[in-house]
Amino acid sequence: MRTFLTIYVLVIAVTVSILGFRGTLTEKEPFEVFSDMDRQAKYKPQAENGFYLNGQNDRLPPKMTMSRGNALEMKEVFATDYTANSAAKELLLSGKDADGEFSDVFPYPVDFKLMQYGKESYNIYCMTCHGAAGDGNGVTKPYGILATSYHDDRLRDAPDGYIYDVITNGKGLMYGLKDRLSNKQRWGIVLYLRALQRSQSASLETLSTTEKSELGL
Amino acid sequence: MANIFPKWVNSVPIKVIVALLLIKTAVVIGVTYYLSPQYTRVGYAPTQPVAFSHEFHAGTLEIDCRYCHTFVEQSGHSNVPGTNVCMSCHSMVLKDDARLATVRQSYDSGEPIPWVRVHKVPDYVYFNHAVHVNRGISCVECHGKVDEMEVVYHAKELSMGFCLKCHRNPEDHIRPVEEVYNLDWERPSDPSAVKELEEFVHDWGVNPPQSCSGCHR
Repeated sequence: MRTFLTIYVLVIAVTVSILGFRGTLTEKEPFEVFSDMDRQAKYKPQAENGFYLNGQNDRLPPKMTMSRGNALEMKEVFATDYTANSAAKELLLSGKDADGEFSDVFPYPVDFKLMQYGKESYNIYCMTCHGAAGDGNGVTKPYGILATSYHDDRLRDAPDGYIYDVITNGKGLMYGLKDRLSNKQRWGIVLYLRALQRSQSASLETLSTTEKSELGL
Repeated sequence: MANIFPKWVNSVPIKVIVALLLIKTAVVIGVTYYLSPQYTRVGYAPTQPVAFSHEFHAGTLEIDCRYCHTFVEQSGHSNVPGTNVCMSCHSMVLKDDARLATVRQSYDSGEPIPWVRVHKVPDYVYFNHAVHVNRGISCVECHGKVDEMEVVYHAKELSMGFCLKCHRNPEDHIRPVEEVYNLDWERPSDPSAVKELEEFVHDWGVNPPQSCSGCHR
């Protein structure tokens, strides 16, 4: 019995010292007890696939084709009144009017909901570099990012379509965001940016009396 | 007639029973401890091809999760960003740094960076990111405090018991939608605020499935 107990304790001690405790950081890939169906040969987003030459599951559009829209706007793409080319569509997609000039017409009805949506998107994608007030003082400034301030006459007078185009395709050092933001999000940002511009160059006369008293003026 | 068995044989059965009980106990405890996801998955921290620090980008700079994981709100799959997202800052910041050589190479060639996946549920589990984040379940509930991780590790076990714990009592994990990406948010302790959280479950029609087909197909 004594021999048994010695071996028993020894085996436990060896097991614990080899396997360690729960939650220890390790580079070992998780051990799967019954891995039968855990890993199936099927298409998964952003996964590897040996079938294709470049080894990727996600396909790029074939050459010489044009996208009709994407899965995020499925309803619009498959709607019966969907038209690939129209002036309104062109304005929505590129911010340009029929003559190819940047348009000052806003393609969505302007309301507070879109403003909120624009604000949310702005605070995720733009604030980091352009700052919460749009003055170009984002958190990344000390690290060497040069971001434009929206508060000069050039950008105050620029048509909405131009600002939309910069968000879409980028300009100078800024990369475009068209792969990440939907059209609506981009137009929402244009709207919020206009609000920021107004807030930073507002004059006292435009405020109502209650607003003035709230500010203690 | 002489005794066939010596006297010590009398204690053999009881010794065998005690030994078997001890072995059984050790095996049961060992299997429970070492073959459950709390041991096999938690703490998995693979070395990534690029030493991207979530602690710095999401923690210090407070860049929103969605800046990179853009489609988490619209898609079941929370995407790993393309290299152009890295380059939108790193074309200016640390643009000649050796640590980012892989990123630049990937951007120039179009070959994706071979990130090592940390969180992997079995392929028969259909987890949808969008429905969770849009109904007040924060990233932190499943991924832990990623904004404090220099190297991302598997923080929660993500076992079926883990899912069901929340699916049975969503009110213990739900939070205001605007706080979903704020990983530092703390659950209020005063009863009126807790009641408000419980009302979210009712108001948003949160009805987490507990049947098999809710997650398995």
